[in-house]
Amino acid sequence: MTFKKMLSTLMLIFGFTVYLLLNDPQQAYAMHIMEGFLPLKWVLIWWAVFLPFFVLGLRSLIRITKEAPELKMMLGLAGAFTFVLSALKIPSVTGSSSHPTGTGLGAVMFGPLPMSVLGSIVLLFQAVLLAHGGLTTLGANAFSMAVAGPIVGYWAYKVMMKSTGKQKLSIFTAAALADLSTYVITSIQLALAFPAEHGGVWASFLKFGGIFAITQIPLAISEGLLTVLIWNWLQAYSSNELSILQRTMKGVRES
Amino acid sequence: MKIRTHSFILIAIIVLLAVLPLIFVSGDFGGADDAAEGLIQTLAPSYVPWFSSLFELPSETESLLFALQAAIGAGFIGYAIGVFKGRASRDKDV
Repeated sequence: MTFKKMLSTLMLIFGFTVYLLLNDPQQAYAMHIMEGFLPLKWVLIWWAVFLPFFVLGLRSLIRITKEAPELKMMLGLAGAFTFVLSALKIPSVTGSSSHPTGTGLGAVMFGPLPMSVLGSIVLLFQAVLLAHGGLTTLGANAFSMAVAGPIVGYWAYKVMMKSTGKQKLSIFTAAALADLSTYVITSIQLALAFPAEHGGVWASFLKFGGIFAITQIPLAISEGLLTVLIWNWLQAYSSNELSILQRTMKGVRES
Repeated sequence: MKIRTHSFILIAIIVLLAVLPLIFVSGDFGGADDAAEGLIQTLAPSYVPWFSSLFELPSETESLLFALQAAIGAGFIGYAIGVFKGRASRDKDV
């Protein structure tokens, strides 16, 4: 990247911030769904939707560790990345804070299924120890963060790789979209459970989603960049593991 | 471009993305949990949460656990990259 390119990137960020700043700062609703704030019907529905993915995820984790034990370190890394990122509550342009999800990296490396297990472990930690999210809402939160996000990220990576062939751009897009889609799904879940009196589910979705899409956009960009950062390190020092990944997972292709 | 310069630029952009809102946006930057409760209460005033957290820690302890969560994760990432780096430089020597 030349100096000129760097300057234009900075200008872009600055312009973006100013643009969002001109919109009224609003409270964002961009955390996971709180304990008790999902009616029992929806709690059961989302648990039922989430559990099959969890079982498939467990099976794929067992398969990976059996067939390629040298990838255990990479699996740990993918889990640790999600663990760190979901602890970072970053201030955003809407005047409140939210955190990235970190699920895009693992989804690109291993496919979406293993992340359903790794991501839900992180959510369990936060629900039990931090009263952040909840046990009753864990099914819904795990579906949005550990299932839907990684699936979106994985396919974003595949499509971008095919159409552009640029690996870093693909990884950036995958991580950013995995992050953003997690919160879009959360707002769908809240909208389904709490339809507005006028306008129903759609009006509620616009309320929940419109607000926190704005909060999450800069954080999704941050997450995309962080994921590219760690990918650069991995590529520099562990090309061996990455080539094993490429052979066993079919997901990752070296640039 | 060298990986170090590249990393530096990425980190700078990430920091800016977090710091610029703090400087230019006037908000209290609180967590959004309570605010979400507010919106739900306007949408469904009669809704009563039917389950509450097993225990809620004092905010000081909570920040300890958040720091711990980040530290454990970052520690492992550092360890893994260290192992990879060590292996890479050992392979180069042989």
